[in-house]
Amino acid sequence: MDCDLSRCVGEENWVDSRTVYIGHKEPPPGAEAYIPQRYPDNRIVSSKYTFWNFIPKNLFEQFRRIANFYFLVIFLVQLIIDTPTSPVTSGLPLFFVITVTAIKQGYEDWLRHKADCSINECPVDVVQQGKVVRTQSHKLRVGDIVMVREDETFPCDLILLSSSRLDGTCYVTTTSLDGESSHKTYYAVPDTMAFRTEQEVDSLHATIECEQPQPDLYKFVGRINIYKDKEEPVARPLGAENLLLRGATLKNTQQIYGPVALYTGMETKMALNYQSKSQKRSAVEKSMNAFLIVYLCILISKAVINTVLKYAWQWSPDRDEPWYNHRTENERQRHVVIRAFTDFLAFMVLFNYIIPVSMYVTVEMQKFLGSYFITWDEEMFDEELGEGAQVNTSDLNEELGQVEYVFTDKTGTLTENNMEFIECCVDGNVYIPHAICNGQILSAASSIDMIDSSPGGYRRDLFFRALCLCHTVQVKEEETVDGIKRGIHQGRPTSFYISSSPDEVALVEGMKRLGYTYLRLKDNYMEILNKDDEIERFLLLHVLNFDSVRRRMSVIVKSSSGEYLLFCKGADSSIFPRVVSGKLEQVKARVEQNAVEGLRTLCVAYRRLSESEYEEACHHLTEAKMALQDREQRLAQAYDNIERDFVLLGATAVEDRLQEKAADTIESLHKAGMKVWVLTGDKMETAAATCYASKLFRRSTQILELTKKRTEEQSLHDVLFELNRTHIQYAVLCCRMAPLQKAQIVKLIKASKEHPITLAIGDGANDVSMILEAHVGIGIMGKEGRQAARNSDYAIPKFKHLKKMLLVHGHYYYIRIAELVQYFFYKNVCFIFPQFLYQFFCGFSQQPLYDTAYLTLYNISFTSLPILLYSLVEKHVTMETLKRDPSLYRDIAKNSLLRWPVFLYWTCLGVFDAVVFFFGAYFLFDNTTFTSNGQMFGNWTFGTLVFTVLVFTVTLKLALDTHHWTWINHFVIWGSLLFYVIFSLLWGGIIWPFLNYQRMYYVFMQMLSSGPAWLSIILLITVSLLPDVIKKVLCRAMCPTATERAQVGLGTNPEVLNSLVSPSLISEIT
Amino acid sequence: MMASGYSTKEEDGHITVSGPGGGALRGKKPENTAFKQQRLPAWQPILTAGTVLPAFFIIGLIFIPIGIGLYVTSNNIKEFEIDYTGVNMSSPCFNCSQNFSWNSTRPCTCSIPFYLDQPYENNVFMYYGLSNFYQNHRRYVKSRDDSQLNGDLQSLKTPSKECEPYAEHDNKPIAPCGAIANSMFNDTLELFYNDPNGTKVPIPLTATGIAWWTDKHVKFRNPGENANLTAVFQGTMKPVNWRKPVYELDSDPQNNGFINEDFIVWMRTAALPTFRKLYRIIHKKNNMVPTLPRGNYTLEVVYNYPVRSFEGRKRMILSTISWMGGKNPFLGIAYITVGSVCFFLGVVLLIIHHKYGNRNNSADISN
Repeated sequence: MDCDLSRCVGEENWVDSRTVYIGHKEPPPGAEAYIPQRYPDNRIVSSKYTFWNFIPKNLFEQFRRIANFYFLVIFLVQLIIDTPTSPVTSGLPLFFVITVTAIKQGYEDWLRHKADCSINECPVDVVQQGKVVRTQSHKLRVGDIVMVREDETFPCDLILLSSSRLDGTCYVTTTSLDGESSHKTYYAVPDTMAFRTEQEVDSLHATIECEQPQPDLYKFVGRINIYKDKEEPVARPLGAENLLLRGATLKNTQQIYGPVALYTGMETKMALNYQSKSQKRSAVEKSMNAFLIVYLCILISKAVINTVLKYAWQWSPDRDEPWYNHRTENERQRHVVIRAFTDFLAFMVLFNYIIPVSMYVTVEMQKFLGSYFITWDEEMFDEELGEGAQVNTSDLNEELGQVEYVFTDKTGTLTENNMEFIECCVDGNVYIPHAICNGQILSAASSIDMIDSSPGGYRRDLFFRALCLCHTVQVKEEETVDGIKRGIHQGRPTSFYISSSPDEVALVEGMKRLGYTYLRLKDNYMEILNKDDEIERFLLLHVLNFDSVRRRMSVIVKSSSGEYLLFCKGADSSIFPRVVSGKLEQVKARVEQNAVEGLRTLCVAYRRLSESEYEEACHHLTEAKMALQDREQRLAQAYDNIERDFVLLGATAVEDRLQEKAADTIESLHKAGMKVWVLTGDKMETAAATCYASKLFRRSTQILELTKKRTEEQSLHDVLFELNRTHIQYAVLCCRMAPLQKAQIVKLIKASKEHPITLAIGDGANDVSMILEAHVGIGIMGKEGRQAARNSDYAIPKFKHLKKMLLVHGHYYYIRIAELVQYFFYKNVCFIFPQFLYQFFCGFSQQPLYDTAYLTLYNISFTSLPILLYSLVEKHVTMETLKRDPSLYRDIAKNSLLRWPVFLYWTCLGVFDAVVFFFGAYFLFDNTTFTSNGQMFGNWTFGTLVFTVLVFTVTLKLALDTHHWTWINHFVIWGSLLFYVIFSLLWGGIIWPFLNYQRMYYVFMQMLSSGPAWLSIILLITVSLLPDVIKKVLCRAMCPTATERAQVGLGTNPEVLNSLVSPSLISEIT
Repeated sequence: MMASGYSTKEEDGHITVSGPGGGALRGKKPENTAFKQQRLPAWQPILTAGTVLPAFFIIGLIFIPIGIGLYVTSNNIKEFEIDYTGVNMSSPCFNCSQNFSWNSTRPCTCSIPFYLDQPYENNVFMYYGLSNFYQNHRRYVKSRDDSQLNGDLQSLKTPSKECEPYAEHDNKPIAPCGAIANSMFNDTLELFYNDPNGTKVPIPLTATGIAWWTDKHVKFRNPGENANLTAVFQGTMKPVNWRKPVYELDSDPQNNGFINEDFIVWMRTAALPTFRKLYRIIHKKNNMVPTLPRGNYTLEVVYNYPVRSFEGRKRMILSTISWMGGKNPFLGIAYITVGSVCFFLGVVLLIIHHKYGNRNNSADISN
């Protein structure tokens, strides 16, 4: 095990490394020069702002957003040049938005400050000059030696030097880091694990060389050089198993001595890990941005048209400056180009309301508040887990209603991930633990001969031993562990098996039922209680950990008889090629049979190592572990070297039951027009069986198998591309997928021609990459830790909840936000287009049609609440209907409510309404008097008339669109109309002392006192609403959509549906 | 614990809402309230041909009679309009319009004869109308100082900047300032009835009651309440185009200064470039005699107001008024049209409903 490192590792020249001097002691002379390096202190700064920079920095960040910047520019233009509307009209909404956001962000930052403070000031024990000194966390420096007690959280990333446990290990939970609640074992540096007191620790003279901080939680390479007396320093490798991460908690270990602070403050892996994720944007948001650009173009062209017409119109000076309306001397002297430019800007300002600030606010509020309905949903609450659905981002609510492809993981997602040992097969003999509950040992209860024949017997015992030894299961003695309890009460009621892989627990438990009980790992000896109640002890030499590329794991042990044995278990595909002897055929047959039944199979093999073989293997391993560069690659090479020439022992089968209602959910998703792909690491037969069970495949479906031995990325691409072109896949199963391949498949589909919306759902760390890749990532709060749930956009307790999530919530959110977006543009066209038309009648002078108060409040208060509440509570059909009839989901597929024709319809409707408002008022005002006392109205009455019709029309238009009138809808719709009337009465009822104009004085009341005004308001509202009503009624009568039929209680014909979804082709890519 | 503290998502100042997730809700069963479970009781109306049908018929049945009523009322209103701009050589005011000069001391007068072929009953309203006059031009609309007009002494001496370039003249503040006031309509119109026996009978014109009551009593006020107007306006200039200062507009103190109704009417800027403003009211004498009997009349104009430079037109309008205001056939016609369209659509929808509704239903039954 000891090899001289200065010789075997030739990587002295790595650049990105740091040298840490433990206890800040200089190395003895002769070693490299002591270069004090500067590291940040251990202060965690999660806050973004300080008291001083909050205002400028926050403002800067807010105005980096294009919309805010646009409004700021408009506001500044209004301040600088003489514009038709006062800066208040755009300044006030902008100020409101900015202030609310700033307050929200400020509050969040204050909370972060508070959290930072409490973390930075929490006490830490530091060893200084052989004494334990209590200090504050933020005063820790790199190289300090720290002491941590049980249940304390590590203050920074530490290297474990020694533990109170004799074997130099300590247990740690990383719940707050990756959500995995299992206890993980960390190891002390072997040379220092004997230290027991602070003095001893303090006497250590060593340096640590390690890589610079990087965010991967599971990777770390480093090396410790220990100087003893005058000798050459002894170097030891350091890996992730020696590095205690900040945020993790010490468990089941009294105390650990002298871990050395390695990364501090913002350089800890935890801090590095909470950097921002890339933001996903929903299809709706993209359409919204496209619409915005269209409106921006409309805005600019309106301004250009008006500017050009203005100058054409006022070509003659009598129009430009008639005797009654002169310019000031200043204005006259301005150059015509500057004048034209300011006119252009003034028109922009006049029409800028067409792109409303409030839309952003409303959309954000809708998303934020709306997402509460997901967390509040009782039906998505899982009693067993005690948790409901979680929303990690509310930006994607509506995307849930747009999903076309569902990529699902199998294990833990479709299935329970509650493993149960079913049988094992040794050399073709099958052993089945009798019943699950009584836990008796009954070998081969139901079958097969040859149990006692000696070669079989030896092999069998070796097989059982192999399974008892080849794992990373921990034994928990107490009952009150706060990890997830796995393991069934056995003879010893107080012991549990804990592992990050449920398969392993199932296997070890299965072995227990078959007579071999794994007891504990003690002083590197694994103890097994065998069939004859004797304790066998094996020295654990090496663990070749599982990884998803190799798909196997191995242990090297030394038996009490001095034999070196390597046990390996793994997927059949990764074991069979390496087998040199053993009953390959029988085992293979059994494995395949089991796989067809949907069981998860693992193969077990062993290899006897001679002393020299072992030495060589050890050498390879240590060398690889010691490497600071390409350690992964070297390890993989070493593993590859060692794991060969196996003797096949047998195979195991573990059942993973389908999740409750998984089949029903998949069926619903199919009916809803989604394509469900299963991406799994399992082998084809197992996966296919699950697919049949979950009704993803039907008995009658054709299966096209594409089996390739080595599917290169490129050829996979080709195959899928081919498939895309020729067939409509209905269901696809991809087996043997590595995590990254899953993500690649998702990416591939995302990038295909139609750019479908994808959803990935999974529960394990291996699904994270696809969850992050897909448009919508859903995590299942499963048993494989919380990584997936943490990285997902939404987390649900069970797969079955996906149905409600997509079919009900997704559908609602989509129609709500679609209406919200379209309605916002519509109401602002209605609002601004009359102003545009008015320019033709006021000499293109940018005279606003409406009063400033109306301009400001239209979007803020007169028409804001109805649409916000609509977009929160609208239900165009009942939840039951949506669940009963998944095909309704097809009605909103492909962003159907936000497509260009629909957008065009809304815009045209807006223009039509605007024309009705304006010309309606125009003809009514034309050269006549409105009152019975002969008095005349002026331009403000004209504007107020248009505005009144406008407010009523757009509000009633929303009322027409509302299908679900709760008291809330009644309240806000009638309430905001009432508010408008009351506000107008008040606004015109008083001479407002702070205003320098009183143009609205009594305008509204005078208007209401006139009969024709009432009549024309009613008339214009009716005319404006008429086309929309007719369109609605005709569409419904002539070609009703499925949704519309469902609304009136006519169900969709199920036969029609079936023919729609009849499976065309099913493909498998292996 | 720390995880939530690190959400540095709001990188771009985007109003990101991190959603109500997090660990806070962990282990807490959501409340089963109607609101939270989105099960609030609701009325669920659906616009189908069947439900909309009656509404269309009802609208039709209501709108058509209203329209007819409005149309008839509008037709019963008598209105007479005469253009006295003097564009044509033949027009009596041609000379006045040609020889216009701001500085002329002698007012130019012209008289236009016209004939009313119907007697005008009740109160008759006399309007002047201007065309191609942009009272709604932005520069014009804002060129006023409402606090000056409200009697504020401070504003009287220092008019608002908005009044530029009509705020000061010869370094003295103008009262009332601004383009609107400066361009106040100052033609004088008088009506004479040409009695069949040859005498010209002047028709009494009332100059009060033509402005909004609230304008006259609240919004417009003379500075220095009830004081001598001449003294109050000391130190101010009359608007450049005015012939006499504001405190000499009328001899009646209740109709002088800023609360002169002609002035108030002018100050209410019109919505469109062709507009009319109430000028005088001819009150009815008694029920026996029409206010303006059928016959020949003469309109005597003191021609002060130039419009030809911007191709404007000046008109005098006489109109009777009903409960729905002046003559405006548009509203009645619009009501009749919309009512008929609704009625027609109702019929169309009835057919559609009959045809498609049955088809849909039968299709569903057969399935």
